[in-house]
Amino acid sequence: MNWASINERIKVWRERGAEFGKRTRILRRRLLILLAILGPGVITSNVDNDAGGISVYTQAGAQFGYALLWSLIPMTIALYVTEEMCARMGVITGKGLSDLIREEFGFRPTFFLILAGLLVDMGNTTAEFAGIAASMQIFHISKYIAVPIAALIVWVLVLRGTYRQVEKIFLVVCTFYITYIFSAFLARPNWLEAAKATVIPSVHLNAGYLLMLTALVGTTIAPWQFFYMQASFVEKRMGKRQYSQARADVAVGSITCMIVVFFIIVCTAATLYVSGHRDITDAGQAALALVPLAGRWAGLLFAFGLLNASLFAASILPLSTAHVICEGMGFEAGIDRKFNDAPIFYSLYTAMLVVGAAVILIPHAPLYRILVLSQVANGVWLPIVLIFMLLLVNRKDLMGEHVNSPTFNVVAWLTTISMIVLTLVLVYTAIFPNMASAAFAFLKLKL
Amino acid sequence: MLHATELLGADTYDSAGNFVGRVNELFLEPADQPNRVARILLGRGKYLPLVARYDHIAFVAPGVIKLNVEEKALDYYAPNESWLAVGKDLLDQQIIDTGGRKVVRVNDVDLADERVNGTVELRVTQVDVGLSGAARRLLQGVASPGLIRRLQGKLPTRAIRWEFVNLIEPDPLRRIKLRISNKQLEQMHPADLADIMEELSPAERQAIVASLDEETAAEALAELDKRLTKEIVETLDRGKAADILEEMDPDQAADVLANLAPQASHEVLEEMPGREAREVRALLQFEEHTAGAMMNTEFVFVGETSTRDEVVSWIGSRDIHLEVLDTIFLIDDAAKFSGTVPTARLLLAQPDQRMAEMKTEPLVSVPPDANEKEVFDLFDKYNLRSLAVVDEIGRPIGAIAVDDVVTRLRRKL
Repeated sequence: MNWASINERIKVWRERGAEFGKRTRILRRRLLILLAILGPGVITSNVDNDAGGISVYTQAGAQFGYALLWSLIPMTIALYVTEEMCARMGVITGKGLSDLIREEFGFRPTFFLILAGLLVDMGNTTAEFAGIAASMQIFHISKYIAVPIAALIVWVLVLRGTYRQVEKIFLVVCTFYITYIFSAFLARPNWLEAAKATVIPSVHLNAGYLLMLTALVGTTIAPWQFFYMQASFVEKRMGKRQYSQARADVAVGSITCMIVVFFIIVCTAATLYVSGHRDITDAGQAALALVPLAGRWAGLLFAFGLLNASLFAASILPLSTAHVICEGMGFEAGIDRKFNDAPIFYSLYTAMLVVGAAVILIPHAPLYRILVLSQVANGVWLPIVLIFMLLLVNRKDLMGEHVNSPTFNVVAWLTTISMIVLTLVLVYTAIFPNMASAAFAFLKLKL
Repeated sequence: MLHATELLGADTYDSAGNFVGRVNELFLEPADQPNRVARILLGRGKYLPLVARYDHIAFVAPGVIKLNVEEKALDYYAPNESWLAVGKDLLDQQIIDTGGRKVVRVNDVDLADERVNGTVELRVTQVDVGLSGAARRLLQGVASPGLIRRLQGKLPTRAIRWEFVNLIEPDPLRRIKLRISNKQLEQMHPADLADIMEELSPAERQAIVASLDEETAAEALAELDKRLTKEIVETLDRGKAADILEEMDPDQAADVLANLAPQASHEVLEEMPGREAREVRALLQFEEHTAGAMMNTEFVFVGETSTRDEVVSWIGSRDIHLEVLDTIFLIDDAAKFSGTVPTARLLLAQPDQRMAEMKTEPLVSVPPDANEKEVFDLFDKYNLRSLAVVDEIGRPIGAIAVDDVVTRLRRKL
């Protein structure tokens, strides 16, 4: 082989490379476009799988195995329908949800809605820090070290970034949810059974099962996410022309969110349920219990997933809340502004992080109760927000031709009403655990 | 001083002392007087609402209004587009504070009551955008008026004088009916105006651009986020878009057009007058991220043998944009680019000094297909204010100014 032939070869390869590049240009373009449209929808749906959510999914798998998997498909639809309305309002009106509520319903309703939001999100933020503390147990790191550092990281990230930078970081964080998929594979589940349970609904009429179903739905659709998503679409300056992109973003988001839930349930069903560890109460315990069952890596990945989810939600929740409050009350907001331009926004954000982290650092803080309470609060707040949303999205003067179609309205109202019923049940049982189980026992007798 | 919150819902009595109804709305009639409350809408439950005129008001206090006519003298209410409703159009809505150059949300509206020939005239003095207004809105009707007044004294007030309030009304016809003037917006710095536009919703932005004069609109659009500019120009009527682009520097106009959908770009160019369209078309030939796409075709060039005085008087005789006067480019006998003279040097030169003697060293220029990175490097290396772009035989065809470089560098951050 001489130089000339080598050069000849190289030339041929180069040409082939160029040819390949040309042929795949359209494909690469499409991929790039797909990546470019991912944003608020994907981020919001994934944040939804936060510390509280993961705990519930873990319990669902540990207590009932694959039996609840079928509920994921209707839940994906409900998540998509509700989030899509917000995305649509955001791109069509160019205004945030609290802006719209203020302009159309006046000061007082907005004020109380926002006040409730502040309290609820405060609880949620605290729950996220509880998740951080729990996940660090498996790495043998004390919460007195982990929680303050986590709070600081989150604070700096948002304080120093612009929306586009922060969005990129958040999108990268979304990919870390993949650890749950690895955990699930390491757990060697019975895939056939899991697939069957996903498509064939199996309804059991016992109290525990129904309660778990309620909790699943309750944690998957959280009220603050609507405010956050709509505001993000507005801040990203997506307009009417980008509506189809926004819709695709939301669809990808709700589906990926549910895929993660699927793998968490499969993972815990294949290990904790099968081996009889059915009394797990939170995801941190689950991670520890996974080690002897599916190996050290499965446990570590599970804990890492929890840490990631908690950190992620801990940075977005206070951000969203500060946004909602400032928007509704007319203070300047947005991470694209500097501290001096939006002092109330940044103060609120900081205060929520500090309080959330501080509560966790109290020795013997009742972490489990905090988690449950924050979910109850979510449940109470949610129906109110959903009703405001439905009223707004059907206003012709705001949305023009983009009001809900009749079919969409039917699905959306059905979702809202079932959410209301389910969350009422959840709230009721959380406040009166004894009475609820008595009621269910009574029902079971009758059935 | 009174507040709109205290008057909305106020019990109203006629001259005989009979209860008429509750105040549902206060209307201004900007076409008549810019700040006087011209009509008061009185809701009467299941009966048709009535309207009282400004000269029907005999007495006003928080929560109470007394009229100087009897109920039967009042007209029935008919909606009127040219009335500005304090409750619906102002409270809770966003306005532009043209003094503070910001978009703010109205919490309350402050009114002055003046006695005029036995009647009371209410005039809007300022809008409240601070905490005291918020507290009043929250507590009105719940706490006693005295308590509210005491509480709001302790809270910081932030108010905007009515003269500085610019309403954001997306409907162009209603803007005219309400006499919303753009004078104050047009006097703002284009960069501030662009910031304000970024705060608004798409429909509101569109309304503002459409109502501004072309020159201001062009300046503001040039400062705006690229994607927003694209959206605004594509939505505008083609003729109006062409009028606005005509006011821009050719390189800015080309930038905007290059971003539009091909169809829209073509249609706007069709609407532009021949000379401007030709210039912009020439610039559009160059690929993005090259010197050609960055350059401005408007620049000043003189022969290198001319004297300082000749140049100054020649410049004085022409209508030249101040921005392009930063640097003067020199050409030799063969019309080739031969040097640059910063205007500052011209100031200090002798009247009969030749331009060639004032040249800055070294002679740098780029071809139009040079990559923008190369341009940035040259600006950095030689601390340039302006850089000549030359064709293949060395004749100057355009100039890149330092502000174009800054804009593009910033986009990369």
